[in-house]
Amino acid sequence: MIDKKTIKKIAELSRLEVSDVDAEEYSVQLSKALQFFEHISKVDTHQIEPMITPVEIESFWREDIVNQEYTAEEMIKNAPESLGHLFKVPPVV
Amino acid sequence: MEISNLSIKETQKILLEKKISAYELTQYYLDRIEKLDPQINSYITVNEKALEEAKAIDQKISKGATIESFSLLGIPMGIKDMLCTKGIKTTAGSKMLENFIPPYDSTVVSRLKNQGAILLGKLNQDEFAMGSSSETSYYGPVKNPWNLDCVAGGSSGGSAAAVAAELAQFTIGTDTGGSIRQPAHFCGVVGVKPTYGRVSRYGIVAYASSLDQAGPLAKNVEDAALILETIAGHDSMDSTTSQRKKEPWSENLNANIKGLRVGLVKEYRTDQLYPDVEKVYAESIETLKKLGAEIKEISLPLTEFGIPVYYLIASSEASSNLARYDGVRYGHRAEFKNLSAVELEKFYGQTRGEGFGKEVQRRIMLGTYCLSSGYFDAYYNKASQVRRLISNQYQEAFKSCDVLLSPVTTSPAFKLGERISDPLTMYLNDIFTITVNLAGLPGMSVPFGISKGGLPIGVQLVTAPFEEQKMLNVAYALEMNSNTKGARPNVS
Repeated sequence: MIDKKTIKKIAELSRLEVSDVDAEEYSVQLSKALQFFEHISKVDTHQIEPMITPVEIESFWREDIVNQEYTAEEMIKNAPESLGHLFKVPPVV
Repeated sequence: MEISNLSIKETQKILLEKKISAYELTQYYLDRIEKLDPQINSYITVNEKALEEAKAIDQKISKGATIESFSLLGIPMGIKDMLCTKGIKTTAGSKMLENFIPPYDSTVVSRLKNQGAILLGKLNQDEFAMGSSSETSYYGPVKNPWNLDCVAGGSSGGSAAAVAAELAQFTIGTDTGGSIRQPAHFCGVVGVKPTYGRVSRYGIVAYASSLDQAGPLAKNVEDAALILETIAGHDSMDSTTSQRKKEPWSENLNANIKGLRVGLVKEYRTDQLYPDVEKVYAESIETLKKLGAEIKEISLPLTEFGIPVYYLIASSEASSNLARYDGVRYGHRAEFKNLSAVELEKFYGQTRGEGFGKEVQRRIMLGTYCLSSGYFDAYYNKASQVRRLISNQYQEAFKSCDVLLSPVTTSPAFKLGERISDPLTMYLNDIFTITVNLAGLPGMSVPFGISKGGLPIGVQLVTAPFEEQKMLNVAYALEMNSNTKGARPNVS
């Protein structure tokens, strides 16, 4: 059971601000979903290697060439707030 | 002449014969979009430079460009809003990316442009491709051109609806658990999800990286094969792309399927199907038998665990992938009067709480929970182990058959609003399509009938990794022998 308190904790870990009303709703929905998902515990997976990607990743060679693909202006253009070529953020120290 | 009923090859023929210019063709689609799309809502953004691009193509044609060197010369297309387009807003159907203008093209888009395709605009979808009905879009739901009270499917609902309503000659979608095949089935078009690693994911907004794959939605199998040829192939910008040579799938299309072994999955219970879907599915089996295919029953005993495994893995990957939306470098940022007085936790929390819709928040939280200390082994790790077993079962199945045939979903398109309030029921829609992504297999849906209520119904074909040709051939044979071939919705 994912109670409202657990939802609040997960939301905090997820960096999501969730209202009390929404937390209530998520608690019901996620509990129901997880209860259904827990069926997988029935499958015997003893000594089975987890599959993290469906294909083998093949290494390849490429020339080691320096490329300037983007300018600082292009990179900063989508920033919600910037100063020159810098991203503007709240104080972090 | 009804331009929009033509295949890509037929359209190129009249372009090269100068019976129509790329400019006129593009204008024709733009006019249709302006007139018809307000009721369908398949486009989020129309490309203001489409006509300019068309002019450049006309110049190429007048200088003697051929379809041998430009396989999609002059063909107007729509692209799902998950794929980055240089200088054109790419929202992923989210408020989070409402104002995001990528400085680069995704590999898929640049390959299409390099082959002469013209971008009409960006297509509506479920937010971050999370959904099966295109109702979770921040930009409003997509309506089904066959019946405006019904959903177009999802997450690539706009991509399917635009092809069905002839608002683009073809479109590109993405498929993480059925997001190309299911809307193609709901809208009566062909939709192909290639083998994982066939098509580069570079520049595609990431949802679940080990499952996502882009592919074409088209009016017919030949067009779909041609588009696939254009977008497939190794890309140094995506290390998960395969270095295998792509094949000339469209040239190799062959409707002679005599002796081909077609598998039916025992665990896909037909008593759960809507009667019309069951009927069309049964007809497709009969048709393949008549064409000389050998029908076999095969078993995928772990089918029932497909949905839990998928949602646990996809949500876990999503919670990690969507951590990048922090309101700093791009995307939505909550408004703060005095930025220097804001605590970082509050800054992130409010920004992400406002920017993401509810389905996205649910999946981020589900994934965060599955990956959190104490739950990782029981959820993410366990799901990844079951995923391996599901993949092994498919490998086993493909020892005794070439292609699997199944319905795409249990029903035709459902009514708008009918399932959106209950996420779990919505998740259960995806039972036939979802394990294909878990195993990284190629799969496609091809229209094969129409319900009594006038909604299209498709069937799904799945093959072993990198065996796209077999699947396309069977689809080609079914298409040729369909009673409803070429049926289009009446949109006006």
